[in-house]
Amino acid sequence: MSLLTVTDLSKTHHGARRVRALEDVSLSVDAGETLGLVGPSGCGKSTLARMILRLDRPDAGAIRFDGQDWLALRGRDLRRARGGLQMVFQDPAAAFHPRATVQGALAEALRLHSGMPRAAWATRIADLLTQVDLAPDLAPRPLSTLSGGQQQRVAIARAIATGPRLVVLDEALSALDTSIRGRILALLVRLQRDLGLAYLFIGHDLAVVRAISHRIAVMDAGRIVETGPATKVLAHPQADLTRRLIAAIPTLSPPGDLP
Amino acid sequence: MTDRPLLSLQQLAVTYPGAPLPALQGIDLRLAPREKLAVIGESGSGKSTLARAIAGLLPGGSHVGGDLIWSGDTPVPGRDIGFVFQDPGGSLDPLLSIGAHLVEVLRTHLPLSPRAARDRAGDLLAQVRLPDPRAALEGYPHQFSGGQRQRIAIALAIAAGPALLIADEATSALDVLVQAEIVALLRDLAEARTMALIFVTHDIGLAAQLADRIAVLRNGRLQEIGPTARVLAAPQAEYTRQLLAAHLDLSSPPLVEARG
Ligand SMILES: Nc1ncnc2c1ncn2[C@@H]1O[C@H](COP(=O)(O)OP(=O)(O)OP(=O)(O)O)[C@@H](O)[C@H]1O
Ligand SMILES: Nc1ncnc2c1ncn2[C@@H]1O[C@H](COP(=O)(O)OP(=O)(O)OP(=O)(O)O)[C@@H](O)[C@H]1O
Ligand SMILES: [Mg+2]
Ligand SMILES: [Mg+2]
Repeated sequence: MSLLTVTDLSKTHHGARRVRALEDVSLSVDAGETLGLVGPSGCGKSTLARMILRLDRPDAGAIRFDGQDWLALRGRDLRRARGGLQMVFQDPAAAFHPRATVQGALAEALRLHSGMPRAAWATRIADLLTQVDLAPDLAPRPLSTLSGGQQQRVAIARAIATGPRLVVLDEALSALDTSIRGRILALLVRLQRDLGLAYLFIGHDLAVVRAISHRIAVMDAGRIVETGPATKVLAHPQADLTRRLIAAIPTLSPPGDLP
Repeated sequence: MTDRPLLSLQQLAVTYPGAPLPALQGIDLRLAPREKLAVIGESGSGKSTLARAIAGLLPGGSHVGGDLIWSGDTPVPGRDIGFVFQDPGGSLDPLLSIGAHLVEVLRTHLPLSPRAARDRAGDLLAQVRLPDPRAALEGYPHQFSGGQRQRIAIALAIAAGPALLIADEATSALDVLVQAEIVALLRDLAEARTMALIFVTHDIGLAAQLADRIAVLRNGRLQEIGPTARVLAAPQAEYTRQLLAAHLDLSSPPLVEARG
Protein backbone atom coordinates (compact mmCIF):
# COMPACT_ATOMS: atom_id res chain seq x y z
CA MET A 1 0.00 0.00 0.00
CA SER A 2 1.19 3.50 -0.76
CA LEU A 3 2.47 5.75 2.01
CA LEU A 4 0.89 8.82 0.42
CA THR A 5 -2.05 8.83 -1.96
CA VAL A 6 -3.43 12.01 -3.47
CA THR A 7 -6.72 11.62 -5.32
CA ASP A 8 -8.36 14.15 -7.64
CA LEU A 9 -7.07 17.18 -5.78
CA SER A 10 -8.30 20.55 -7.06
CA LYS A 11 -7.55 24.07 -5.91
CA THR A 12 -8.38 27.50 -7.29
CA HIS A 13 -6.52 30.52 -5.93
CA HIS A 14 -8.62 33.67 -5.65
CA GLY A 15 -6.05 36.46 -5.90
CA ALA A 16 -6.10 39.43 -8.24
CA ARG A 17 -7.24 36.88 -10.80
CA ARG A 18 -8.61 33.37 -10.38
CA VAL A 19 -6.01 30.69 -11.01
CA ARG A 20 -6.90 27.02 -11.28
CA ALA A 21 -3.65 25.91 -9.67
CA LEU A 22 -4.60 22.22 -9.38
CA GLU A 23 -7.08 20.26 -11.45
CA ASP A 24 -7.88 16.67 -10.47
CA VAL A 25 -4.33 15.84 -9.46
CA SER A 26 -3.68 12.23 -8.44
CA LEU A 27 -0.39 10.65 -7.44
CA SER A 28 1.11 8.26 -4.93
CA VAL A 29 4.40 7.72 -3.13
CA ASP A 30 5.44 4.35 -1.69
CA ALA A 31 7.43 3.95 1.53
CA GLY A 32 11.15 4.34 0.85
CA GLU A 33 10.52 5.71 -2.63
CA THR A 34 11.33 9.02 -4.30
CA LEU A 35 8.69 10.53 -6.56
CA GLY A 36 10.07 13.43 -8.61
CA LEU A 37 7.61 16.17 -9.53
CA VAL A 38 8.68 18.45 -12.39
CA GLY A 39 7.05 21.21 -14.36
CA PRO A 40 7.56 24.81 -15.42
CA SER A 41 7.22 27.78 -13.10
CA GLY A 42 3.62 28.36 -12.01
CA CYS A 43 2.33 24.90 -12.93
CA GLY A 44 1.14 24.24 -9.37
CA LYS A 45 3.95 22.22 -7.75
CA SER A 46 4.19 24.30 -4.58
CA THR A 47 0.41 24.52 -4.31
CA LEU A 48 0.30 20.72 -4.27
CA ALA A 49 3.12 20.56 -1.70
CA ARG A 50 1.27 22.99 0.56
CA MET A 51 -1.90 20.86 0.42
CA ILE A 52 0.05 17.73 1.33
CA LEU A 53 1.74 19.54 4.23
CA ARG A 54 -1.66 20.85 5.42
CA LEU A 55 -0.49 24.46 5.02
CA ASP A 56 -3.49 25.12 2.79
CA ARG A 57 -6.73 23.25 2.03
CA PRO A 58 -7.84 21.92 -1.34
CA ASP A 59 -11.26 22.71 -2.80
CA ALA A 60 -11.84 19.06 -3.59
CA GLY A 61 -10.10 15.72 -3.46
CA ALA A 62 -8.60 13.39 -0.87
CA ILE A 63 -5.21 12.75 0.69
CA ARG A 64 -4.32 9.56 2.55
CA PHE A 65 -1.05 9.44 4.50
CA ASP A 66 0.16 6.43 6.41
CA GLY A 67 -3.27 4.81 6.30
CA GLN A 68 -5.10 7.87 7.61
CA ASP A 69 -7.56 10.33 6.08
CA TRP A 70 -4.99 13.10 6.21
CA LEU A 71 -7.33 16.02 5.56
CA ALA A 72 -9.65 14.93 8.38
CA LEU A 73 -6.98 14.99 11.11
CA ARG A 74 -7.35 17.81 13.63
CA GLY A 75 -5.77 19.18 16.79
CA ARG A 76 -3.61 16.83 18.80
CA ASP A 77 -3.91 13.95 16.31
CA LEU A 78 -2.70 16.23 13.52
CA ARG A 79 0.17 17.60 15.60
CA ARG A 80 1.32 14.10 16.45
CA ALA A 81 0.99 12.86 12.88
CA ARG A 82 2.85 15.87 11.47
CA GLY A 83 6.16 14.52 12.73
CA GLY A 84 5.79 11.83 10.07
CA LEU A 85 5.63 14.27 7.20
CA GLN A 86 8.31 16.94 6.99
CA MET A 87 9.44 19.52 4.48
CA VAL A 88 12.47 21.36 3.14
CA PHE A 89 12.00 24.49 1.05
CA GLN A 90 14.17 26.40 -1.40
CA ASP A 91 15.28 29.21 0.84
CA PRO A 92 16.71 27.84 4.10
CA ALA A 93 17.23 31.31 5.55
CA ALA A 94 13.49 32.00 5.34
CA ALA A 95 12.65 28.68 7.00
CA PHE A 96 14.34 29.56 10.30
CA HIS A 97 13.88 32.23 12.89
CA PRO A 98 16.35 34.99 11.91
CA ARG A 99 18.33 34.78 15.14
CA ALA A 100 18.04 31.03 15.71
CA THR A 101 21.10 28.94 16.38
CA VAL A 102 21.64 25.52 14.83
CA GLN A 103 20.82 23.74 18.09
CA GLY A 104 17.86 26.04 18.73
CA ALA A 105 16.29 25.14 15.40
CA LEU A 106 16.81 21.42 15.96
CA ALA A 107 15.67 21.49 19.61
CA GLU A 108 12.43 23.15 18.51
CA ALA A 109 11.67 20.22 16.20
CA LEU A 110 12.49 17.69 18.95
CA ARG A 111 10.30 19.54 21.45
CA LEU A 112 7.33 19.62 19.08
CA HIS A 113 7.43 16.13 17.71
CA SER A 114 9.75 13.66 19.35
CA GLY A 115 8.56 13.28 22.94
CA MET A 116 12.24 12.78 23.76
CA PRO A 117 13.37 13.92 27.25
CA ARG A 118 15.17 17.26 27.19
CA ALA A 119 18.30 15.65 28.66
CA ALA A 120 18.70 13.57 25.50
CA TRP A 121 18.45 16.45 23.04
CA ALA A 122 22.13 17.45 22.93
CA THR A 123 23.23 13.96 21.98
CA ARG A 124 20.47 13.67 19.41
CA ILE A 125 21.40 17.07 17.90
CA ALA A 126 25.04 16.05 17.56
CA ASP A 127 23.89 12.81 15.97
CA LEU A 128 21.61 14.64 13.50
CA LEU A 129 24.38 17.03 12.47
CA THR A 130 26.71 14.11 11.86
CA GLN A 131 24.07 12.45 9.71
CA VAL A 132 23.95 15.46 7.39
CA ASP A 133 27.75 15.76 7.26
CA LEU A 134 28.02 18.80 9.50
CA ALA A 135 30.46 19.06 12.39
CA PRO A 136 28.60 18.80 15.74
CA ASP A 137 30.52 21.85 16.98
CA LEU A 138 28.39 23.98 14.64
CA ALA A 139 25.51 23.51 17.11
CA PRO A 140 25.87 26.82 19.01
CA ARG A 141 26.41 28.91 15.84
CA PRO A 142 23.72 31.34 14.67
CA LEU A 143 22.25 30.06 11.39
CA SER A 144 22.97 33.40 9.73
CA THR A 145 26.69 32.68 9.95
CA LEU A 146 26.39 29.44 7.94
CA SER A 147 26.72 29.19 4.16
CA GLY A 148 23.65 28.43 2.05
CA GLY A 149 24.67 24.79 1.67
CA GLN A 150 25.24 24.41 5.41
CA GLN A 151 21.88 26.01 6.20
CA GLN A 152 20.14 23.67 3.81
CA ARG A 153 21.75 20.69 5.55
CA VAL A 154 20.46 22.01 8.91
CA ALA A 155 17.00 22.21 7.31
CA ILE A 156 17.35 18.57 6.26
CA ALA A 157 18.55 17.64 9.77
CA ARG A 158 15.50 19.36 11.22
CA ALA A 159 13.24 17.53 8.79
CA ILE A 160 14.62 14.12 9.78
CA ALA A 161 14.76 14.97 13.51
CA THR A 162 11.19 13.86 14.05
CA GLY A 163 11.64 10.48 12.38
CA PRO A 164 9.42 11.25 9.38
CA ARG A 165 8.35 8.69 6.81
CA LEU A 166 7.99 11.24 4.01
CA VAL A 167 9.93 14.43 3.35
CA VAL A 168 8.64 16.94 0.79
CA LEU A 169 11.52 18.85 -0.81
CA ASP A 170 10.22 21.86 -2.76
CA GLU A 171 13.04 23.24 -4.96
CA ALA A 172 15.24 22.47 -1.97
CA LEU A 173 18.47 22.34 -3.96
CA SER A 174 17.72 24.96 -6.62
CA ALA A 175 19.62 27.80 -4.95
CA LEU A 176 22.78 25.79 -4.30
CA ASP A 177 25.83 25.61 -6.50
CA THR A 178 26.45 22.37 -8.33
CA SER A 179 29.16 20.92 -6.12
CA ILE A 180 27.17 21.42 -2.89
CA ARG A 181 24.05 20.20 -4.69
CA GLY A 182 25.84 16.98 -5.62
CA ARG A 183 26.86 16.38 -2.01
CA ILE A 184 23.32 16.97 -0.72
CA LEU A 185 21.80 14.66 -3.34
CA ALA A 186 24.17 11.92 -2.21
CA LEU A 187 23.24 12.67 1.40
CA LEU A 188 19.51 12.35 0.65
CA VAL A 189 20.05 9.00 -1.03
CA ARG A 190 22.06 7.77 1.97
CA LEU A 191 19.40 8.91 4.45
CA GLN A 192 16.77 7.18 2.36
CA ARG A 193 18.73 3.95 2.45
CA ASP A 194 19.52 4.17 6.17
CA LEU A 195 16.17 5.43 7.44
CA GLY A 196 13.75 4.16 4.79
CA LEU A 197 12.57 7.69 4.01
CA ALA A 198 10.27 8.48 1.11
CA TYR A 199 10.69 11.79 -0.76
CA LEU A 200 8.45 13.95 -2.86
CA PHE A 201 11.21 15.79 -4.71
CA ILE A 202 9.96 18.90 -6.51
CA GLY A 203 11.99 20.79 -9.09
CA HIS A 204 11.95 22.20 -12.58
CA ASP A 205 15.34 20.81 -13.61
CA LEU A 206 14.75 17.34 -14.97
CA ALA A 207 18.47 16.49 -14.87
CA VAL A 208 18.49 16.88 -11.08
CA VAL A 209 15.07 15.30 -10.49
CA ARG A 210 15.95 12.32 -12.64
CA ALA A 211 19.16 11.64 -10.71
CA ILE A 212 17.37 11.03 -7.42
CA SER A 213 13.89 9.80 -8.41
CA HIS A 214 12.56 6.29 -8.79
CA ARG A 215 9.46 7.61 -10.51
CA ILE A 216 8.68 10.97 -12.09
CA ALA A 217 5.42 12.89 -12.46
CA VAL A 218 5.30 15.79 -14.94
CA MET A 219 2.94 18.65 -14.23
CA ASP A 220 1.63 21.31 -16.62
CA ALA A 221 -0.89 24.04 -15.81
CA GLY A 222 -2.31 22.28 -12.75
CA ARG A 223 -2.52 18.80 -14.25
CA ILE A 224 -0.32 15.73 -14.14
CA VAL A 225 0.44 15.06 -17.80
CA GLU A 226 2.72 12.05 -17.38
CA THR A 227 3.85 9.63 -14.65
CA GLY A 228 6.18 6.66 -14.82
CA PRO A 229 9.47 5.08 -13.81
CA ALA A 230 12.25 7.67 -14.20
CA THR A 231 14.10 5.68 -16.84
CA LYS A 232 10.95 5.23 -18.92
CA VAL A 233 9.85 8.87 -18.71
CA LEU A 234 13.30 9.99 -19.84
CA ALA A 235 13.74 7.38 -22.56
CA HIS A 236 10.19 7.45 -23.92
CA PRO A 237 8.54 10.73 -22.96
CA GLN A 238 4.84 10.79 -23.80
CA ALA A 239 3.93 14.42 -23.16
CA ASP A 240 5.18 17.29 -25.28
CA LEU A 241 6.16 19.18 -22.11
CA THR A 242 8.35 16.26 -21.00
CA ARG A 243 10.14 16.37 -24.34
CA ARG A 244 10.72 20.13 -23.96
CA LEU A 245 12.04 19.70 -20.42
CA ILE A 246 14.43 17.02 -21.64
CA ALA A 247 15.60 19.25 -24.51
CA ALA A 248 16.28 22.11 -22.06
CA ILE A 249 18.81 20.13 -20.01
CA PRO A 250 22.17 21.84 -20.59
CA THR A 251 24.76 19.37 -21.81
CA LEU A 252 28.47 19.85 -21.63
CA SER A 253 28.90 20.04 -25.39
CA PRO A 254 30.10 23.50 -26.50
CA PRO A 255 27.77 25.58 -28.71
CA GLY A 256 29.49 24.54 -31.93
CA ASP A 257 28.54 20.92 -31.24
CA LEU A 258 24.83 21.61 -30.84
CA PRO A 259 22.63 19.87 -33.37
CA MET B 1 43.35 36.17 -30.17
CA THR B 2 44.51 38.57 -32.83
CA ASP B 3 41.97 41.33 -32.09
CA ARG B 4 43.10 44.18 -29.91
CA PRO B 5 41.44 43.44 -26.57
CA LEU B 6 38.36 45.41 -25.60
CA LEU B 7 39.46 45.14 -22.02
CA SER B 8 42.47 43.81 -20.23
CA LEU B 9 42.89 43.12 -16.54
CA GLN B 10 46.34 42.87 -15.02
CA GLN B 11 46.72 41.55 -11.50
CA LEU B 12 43.32 42.94 -10.61
CA ALA B 13 42.55 42.75 -6.88
CA VAL B 14 39.45 43.93 -5.03
CA THR B 15 38.96 44.36 -1.29
CA TYR B 16 35.54 45.44 -0.04
CA PRO B 17 35.39 48.21 2.57
CA GLY B 18 36.10 46.80 5.98
CA ALA B 19 36.79 43.29 4.67
CA PRO B 20 39.91 41.64 6.09
CA LEU B 21 40.72 39.74 2.89
CA PRO B 22 40.50 40.54 -0.82
CA ALA B 23 37.45 39.14 -2.62
CA LEU B 24 39.52 38.93 -5.81
CA GLN B 25 43.23 38.83 -6.39
CA GLY B 26 45.81 38.33 -9.12
CA ILE B 27 43.29 38.34 -11.96
CA ASP B 28 44.86 38.49 -15.43
CA LEU B 29 42.35 38.44 -18.24
CA ARG B 30 41.88 39.85 -21.74
CA LEU B 31 38.49 40.17 -23.33
CA ALA B 32 38.33 40.51 -27.12
CA PRO B 33 35.67 42.64 -28.83
CA ARG B 34 32.64 40.41 -29.57
CA GLU B 35 33.95 37.68 -27.31
CA LYS B 36 31.52 35.65 -25.18
CA LEU B 37 33.20 34.82 -21.88
CA ALA B 38 31.56 32.74 -19.17
CA VAL B 39 32.71 33.20 -15.57
CA ILE B 40 31.93 30.20 -13.39
CA GLY B 41 32.66 29.15 -9.82
CA GLU B 42 30.94 28.32 -6.58
CA SER B 43 29.04 30.71 -4.36
CA GLY B 44 31.34 33.37 -2.88
CA SER B 45 34.18 32.73 -5.34
CA GLY B 46 34.19 36.35 -6.55
CA LYS B 47 32.18 36.16 -9.79
CA SER B 48 29.92 39.12 -9.03
CA THR B 49 32.88 41.05 -7.65
CA LEU B 50 34.66 40.61 -10.99
CA ALA B 51 31.54 41.66 -12.88
CA ARG B 52 31.07 44.74 -10.68
CA ALA B 53 34.72 45.73 -10.92
CA ILE B 54 34.55 45.65 -14.72
CA ALA B 55 31.25 47.54 -14.78
CA GLY B 56 32.47 50.16 -12.30
CA LEU B 57 29.75 49.18 -9.85
CA LEU B 58 31.80 48.35 -6.74
CA PRO B 59 30.59 50.01 -3.53
CA GLY B 60 32.37 53.22 -2.58
CA GLY B 61 35.45 52.65 -0.42
CA SER B 62 36.36 49.36 -2.11
CA HIS B 63 40.06 49.01 -2.70
CA VAL B 64 41.00 48.09 -6.27
CA GLY B 65 44.57 47.05 -7.07
CA GLY B 66 46.23 46.21 -10.39
CA ASP B 67 45.09 47.55 -13.75
CA LEU B 68 41.86 47.55 -15.67
CA ILE B 69 42.59 48.88 -19.14
CA TRP B 70 39.98 49.63 -21.83
CA SER B 71 41.00 49.87 -25.47
CA GLY B 72 39.06 53.09 -26.08
CA ASP B 73 37.77 55.83 -23.81
CA THR B 74 36.75 54.99 -20.28
CA PRO B 75 33.33 53.42 -20.73
CA VAL B 76 30.18 54.95 -19.31
CA PRO B 77 28.13 52.36 -17.32
CA GLY B 78 24.65 52.02 -18.77
CA ARG B 79 25.81 53.25 -22.18
CA ASP B 80 28.97 51.35 -23.06
CA ILE B 81 28.46 48.55 -20.57
CA GLY B 82 25.06 46.97 -20.02
CA PHE B 83 24.30 44.98 -16.88
CA VAL B 84 21.62 42.35 -16.26
CA PHE B 85 21.11 40.97 -12.76
CA GLN B 86 19.60 37.80 -11.35
CA ASP B 87 16.40 39.39 -10.14
CA PRO B 88 14.59 40.64 -13.23
CA GLY B 89 12.24 42.75 -11.15
CA GLY B 90 15.05 44.55 -9.32
CA SER B 91 16.04 46.75 -12.25
CA LEU B 92 12.44 47.76 -13.04
CA ASP B 93 10.38 50.47 -11.31
CA PRO B 94 6.88 49.11 -10.62
CA LEU B 95 5.33 52.54 -11.25
CA LEU B 96 6.89 53.12 -14.69
CA SER B 97 5.57 51.63 -17.92
CA ILE B 98 7.99 49.47 -19.92
CA GLY B 99 8.03 52.13 -22.65
CA ALA B 100 8.93 54.86 -20.13
CA HIS B 101 11.83 52.75 -18.80
CA LEU B 102 13.28 52.30 -22.26
CA VAL B 103 12.71 55.87 -23.43
CA GLU B 104 14.46 57.19 -20.34
CA VAL B 105 17.57 55.08 -20.91
CA LEU B 106 17.60 55.81 -24.64
CA ARG B 107 17.28 59.57 -24.24
CA THR B 108 19.81 59.71 -21.41
CA HIS B 109 22.49 58.22 -23.63
CA LEU B 110 21.49 58.93 -27.23
CA PRO B 111 20.39 62.10 -29.01
CA LEU B 112 16.86 60.95 -29.84
CA SER B 113 13.55 62.76 -30.03
CA PRO B 114 10.80 61.33 -27.77
CA ARG B 115 9.13 59.88 -30.83
CA ALA B 116 12.29 58.30 -32.23
CA ALA B 117 13.10 56.92 -28.78
CA ARG B 118 9.64 55.36 -28.58
CA ASP B 119 10.13 53.67 -31.97
CA ARG B 120 13.53 52.43 -30.92
CA ALA B 121 12.02 51.09 -27.68
CA GLY B 122 9.54 49.00 -29.65
CA ASP B 123 12.37 47.66 -31.83
CA LEU B 124 14.34 46.67 -28.74
CA LEU B 125 11.42 44.70 -27.29
CA ALA B 126 11.12 42.95 -30.63
CA GLN B 127 14.83 42.12 -30.55
CA VAL B 128 14.48 40.42 -27.17
CA ARG B 129 11.49 38.56 -28.69
CA LEU B 130 8.85 39.84 -26.32
CA PRO B 131 5.46 38.89 -27.73
CA ASP B 132 3.52 41.87 -29.12
CA PRO B 133 6.29 44.44 -28.45
CA ARG B 134 4.27 47.58 -29.33
CA ALA B 135 1.55 46.71 -26.83
CA ALA B 136 4.17 45.75 -24.24
CA LEU B 137 5.43 49.36 -24.21
CA GLU B 138 2.20 50.33 -22.46
CA GLY B 139 2.48 47.55 -19.87
CA TYR B 140 3.85 47.69 -16.31
CA PRO B 141 6.44 45.30 -14.81
CA HIS B 142 3.96 43.28 -12.72
CA GLN B 143 1.99 42.35 -15.84
CA PHE B 144 4.87 40.23 -17.17
CA SER B 145 6.20 36.82 -16.12
CA GLY B 146 9.68 36.43 -14.65
CA GLY B 147 11.10 35.37 -17.99
CA GLN B 148 9.43 38.27 -19.78
CA ARG B 149 10.71 40.72 -17.18
CA GLN B 150 14.21 39.37 -17.74
CA ARG B 151 13.81 39.99 -21.50
CA ILE B 152 12.77 43.57 -20.69
CA ALA B 153 15.80 43.98 -18.42
CA ILE B 154 18.00 42.75 -21.29
CA ALA B 155 16.35 45.22 -23.67
CA LEU B 156 17.16 48.01 -21.19
CA ALA B 157 20.74 46.83 -20.82
CA ILE B 158 21.40 46.81 -24.57
CA ALA B 159 19.34 49.94 -25.34
CA ALA B 160 22.28 52.33 -25.71
CA GLY B 161 24.27 49.88 -27.84
CA PRO B 162 26.93 48.82 -25.30
CA ALA B 163 30.19 47.23 -26.44
CA LEU B 164 29.93 44.86 -23.49
CA LEU B 165 26.96 43.21 -21.83
CA ILE B 166 27.46 41.67 -18.40
CA ALA B 167 24.83 39.15 -17.30
CA ASP B 168 25.26 38.17 -13.61
CA GLU B 169 23.25 34.98 -12.91
CA ALA B 170 20.66 36.47 -15.26
CA THR B 171 18.89 33.14 -15.75
CA SER B 172 19.28 31.58 -12.28
CA ALA B 173 15.84 32.58 -11.02
CA LEU B 174 14.04 31.26 -14.10
CA ASP B 175 12.71 27.82 -14.86
CA VAL B 176 14.72 25.62 -17.19
CA LEU B 177 12.55 26.24 -20.24
CA VAL B 178 12.74 30.02 -19.94
CA GLN B 179 16.40 29.77 -18.97
CA ALA B 180 17.25 27.98 -22.21
CA GLU B 181 15.43 30.68 -24.20
CA ILE B 182 17.27 33.53 -22.46
CA VAL B 183 20.66 31.87 -22.96
CA ALA B 184 19.92 31.51 -26.68
CA LEU B 185 18.74 35.12 -26.80
CA LEU B 186 21.93 36.44 -25.16
CA ARG B 187 24.07 34.40 -27.52
CA ASP B 188 22.18 35.62 -30.60
CA LEU B 189 22.19 39.26 -29.45
CA ALA B 190 25.93 39.21 -28.82
CA GLU B 191 26.50 37.79 -32.27
CA ALA B 192 24.06 40.07 -34.11
CA ARG B 193 25.15 43.28 -32.36
CA THR B 194 28.93 42.81 -32.30
CA MET B 195 28.82 43.09 -28.55
CA ALA B 196 31.04 41.28 -26.08
CA LEU B 197 29.31 39.26 -23.37
CA ILE B 198 30.40 38.30 -19.87
CA PHE B 199 28.05 35.62 -18.62
CA VAL B 200 28.36 34.92 -14.90
CA THR B 201 26.88 31.63 -13.73
CA HIS B 202 27.43 28.84 -11.23
CA ASP B 203 26.21 26.35 -13.83
CA ILE B 204 28.96 24.97 -16.03
CA GLY B 205 26.34 23.46 -18.34
CA LEU B 206 24.91 26.89 -19.15
CA ALA B 207 28.40 28.28 -19.70
CA ALA B 208 28.99 25.51 -22.22
CA GLN B 209 25.88 26.55 -24.15
CA LEU B 210 27.10 29.98 -25.15
CA ALA B 211 30.67 30.86 -24.26
CA ASP B 212 33.72 31.08 -26.52
CA ARG B 213 35.90 30.87 -23.43
CA ILE B 214 35.30 29.89 -19.81
CA ALA B 215 37.02 31.43 -16.78
CA VAL B 216 36.90 29.45 -13.55
CA LEU B 217 37.12 31.29 -10.22
CA ARG B 218 37.65 29.91 -6.77
CA ASN B 219 38.37 31.79 -3.54
CA GLY B 220 38.89 35.02 -5.46
CA ARG B 221 41.51 33.58 -7.80
CA LEU B 222 41.38 32.54 -11.42
CA GLN B 223 41.85 28.77 -11.51
CA GLU B 224 41.99 28.59 -15.27
CA ILE B 225 40.72 30.25 -18.42
CA GLY B 226 40.52 28.75 -21.88
CA PRO B 227 38.40 27.96 -24.92
CA THR B 228 35.14 26.30 -23.92
CA ALA B 229 35.81 23.02 -25.70
CA ARG B 230 39.27 22.75 -24.14
CA VAL B 231 38.12 23.55 -20.60
CA LEU B 232 35.35 20.96 -20.89
CA ALA B 233 37.41 18.24 -22.53
CA ALA B 234 40.76 18.79 -20.83
CA PRO B 235 40.34 20.86 -17.66
CA GLN B 236 43.66 21.92 -16.18
CA ALA B 237 42.58 22.83 -12.67
CA GLU B 238 41.49 20.16 -10.21
CA TYR B 239 38.61 22.43 -9.23
CA THR B 240 37.31 22.54 -12.80
CA ARG B 241 37.34 18.75 -12.81
CA GLN B 242 35.22 18.80 -9.64
CA LEU B 243 32.72 21.16 -11.26
CA LEU B 244 32.50 18.94 -14.32
CA ALA B 245 32.00 15.89 -12.14
CA ALA B 246 29.15 17.61 -10.26
CA HIS B 247 27.33 18.53 -13.46
CA LEU B 248 24.15 16.55 -14.02
CA ASP B 249 22.67 15.74 -17.41
CA LEU B 250 21.16 12.73 -19.11
CA SER B 251 24.51 10.97 -19.29
CA SER B 252 25.05 11.15 -15.51
CA PRO B 253 24.43 7.88 -13.72
CA PRO B 254 21.21 8.00 -11.64
CA LEU B 255 21.78 7.92 -7.87
CA VAL B 256 18.95 5.46 -7.25
CA GLU B 257 17.86 2.35 -9.07
CA ALA B 258 14.68 2.66 -11.08
CA ARG B 259 11.70 0.66 -9.91
CA GLY B 260 8.75 -0.69 -11.81
N1 LIG C 1 -1.71 32.36 -2.63
C1 LIG C 1 -1.94 32.50 -3.95
N2 LIG C 1 -2.89 33.36 -4.40
C2 LIG C 1 -3.13 33.50 -5.71
N3 LIG C 1 -2.51 32.79 -6.68
C3 LIG C 1 -1.57 31.92 -6.30
C4 LIG C 1 -1.22 31.73 -4.92
N4 LIG C 1 -0.25 30.80 -4.84
C5 LIG C 1 0.03 30.43 -6.11
N5 LIG C 1 -0.77 31.09 -6.99
C6 LIG C 1 -0.80 30.89 -8.45
O1 LIG C 1 -1.08 29.52 -8.68
C7 LIG C 1 -0.30 29.01 -9.76
C8 LIG C 1 0.56 27.86 -9.27
O2 LIG C 1 1.53 28.39 -8.37
P1 LIG C 1 2.62 27.46 -7.66
O3 LIG C 1 3.38 28.32 -6.71
O4 LIG C 1 1.96 26.25 -7.12
O5 LIG C 1 3.53 27.06 -8.90
P2 LIG C 1 4.94 26.27 -8.92
O6 LIG C 1 4.77 25.14 -9.88
O7 LIG C 1 5.38 25.95 -7.53
O8 LIG C 1 5.90 27.35 -9.59
P3 LIG C 1 7.48 27.65 -9.32
O9 LIG C 1 8.24 26.63 -10.10
O10 LIG C 1 7.65 29.04 -9.90
O11 LIG C 1 7.72 27.58 -7.85
C9 LIG C 1 0.50 30.20 -10.29
O12 LIG C 1 -0.21 30.76 -11.37
C10 LIG C 1 0.54 31.15 -9.13
O13 LIG C 1 0.66 32.50 -9.57
N1 LIG D 1 29.57 44.48 -0.43
C1 LIG D 1 30.38 43.54 0.11
N2 LIG D 1 31.08 43.82 1.25
C2 LIG D 1 31.91 42.90 1.80
N3 LIG D 1 32.13 41.66 1.30
C3 LIG D 1 31.46 41.34 0.16
C4 LIG D 1 30.56 42.25 -0.48
N4 LIG D 1 30.04 41.62 -1.57
C5 LIG D 1 30.61 40.41 -1.60
N5 LIG D 1 31.46 40.22 -0.57
C6 LIG D 1 32.27 39.02 -0.28
O1 LIG D 1 33.18 38.84 -1.35
C7 LIG D 1 33.31 37.46 -1.69
C8 LIG D 1 32.95 37.26 -3.16
O2 LIG D 1 31.56 37.55 -3.32
P1 LIG D 1 30.83 37.54 -4.73
O3 LIG D 1 29.52 38.15 -4.53
O4 LIG D 1 31.75 38.16 -5.76
O5 LIG D 1 30.73 35.99 -4.99
P2 LIG D 1 29.97 35.20 -6.16
O6 LIG D 1 30.97 34.29 -6.79
O7 LIG D 1 29.26 36.16 -7.04
O8 LIG D 1 28.94 34.32 -5.32
P3 LIG D 1 27.41 33.89 -5.65
O9 LIG D 1 27.49 32.72 -6.60
O10 LIG D 1 26.89 33.47 -4.31
O11 LIG D 1 26.71 35.09 -6.24
C9 LIG D 1 32.41 36.70 -0.73
O12 LIG D 1 33.20 36.23 0.33
C10 LIG D 1 31.44 37.76 -0.25
O13 LIG D 1 30.96 37.45 1.04
MG1 LIG E 1 7.07 26.51 -6.38
MG1 LIG F 1 27.19 36.53 -7.44
